[in-house]
Amino acid sequence: MSVISTQKDTEKLTLEFVAEFAAPVQRVWQIWEDPRQLERWWGPPTWPATFTRHELSVGGESRYFMSGPAGEKSAGWWKTTAVNAPTLLEFDDGFAGEDGEPSGYLGTTHCVVTLEQAGEETRMITTSYFESLEQLEEMVKMGMQDGMSLAMGQIDALLV
Amino acid sequence: MVVDELSDSEIDNIFHALADATRRDIFKQAMSREQSVSELARRYAMSFAAVQKHVAVLERAMLITKEKRGREQIVHSNPELLRRATELLDAYQDIWRGRTERIEEILFEPEREVES
Repeated sequence: MSVISTQKDTEKLTLEFVAEFAAPVQRVWQIWEDPRQLERWWGPPTWPATFTRHELSVGGESRYFMSGPAGEKSAGWWKTTAVNAPTLLEFDDGFAGEDGEPSGYLGTTHCVVTLEQAGEETRMITTSYFESLEQLEEMVKMGMQDGMSLAMGQIDALLV
Repeated sequence: MVVDELSDSEIDNIFHALADATRRDIFKQAMSREQSVSELARRYAMSFAAVQKHVAVLERAMLITKEKRGREQIVHSNPELLRRATELLDAYQDIWRGRTERIEEILFEPEREVES
């Protein structure tokens, strides 16, 4: 299992998630940088993501939507706020409307990603900052959609 | 209180309450353990009345509850909200668990290694 540790702060509503991958830092960076790779893991298997725009430069914008099994769509956006390839990426993340553009709904979350070499592995630390419980709840719904990944994660946790 | 059914104005109250550094700190104190308003007031370089006002704002946002115990007013954090925050952060953690598994699949695809 490549998940090393997680740290929750229920007061500030932040989550730090640390995982390690047996691959070079440059290779792990590609799964963030290349939209074709990113969309294969960002959404759950039943709700795959499609990135129609992806600019990893400061001020750069990304647009994506996730497609459900019955043709439903939920859209989101990122704005890159800091980048230092291949070790640092920071972005704001929010909900988009039917036109795919930021809707302002429930504000923005912030995510900081760092990649560092740890022996033979690459350690990836993602820290998510939420503004409110309601926003966190919507992000959970969007990231999970059918609730299956939650169940899978729990089974996984039991097996470790 | 059912947190799932917060109204817009309730959410506004929560945002407003947590938009202030002193109130965030009071909330944090109340979460670590229950304590009296006067005990809280000693922590800050402001009047008892000012601290009491901050406590009232947090109370209106339902982040804390206050009860009278003798001459003291005891402040508790709202355990329901805390439980909800823990549940949601756990769920978000599971989302990242799923993502990590999918990333691994991509990283160790044999054909991609041939390509690169």
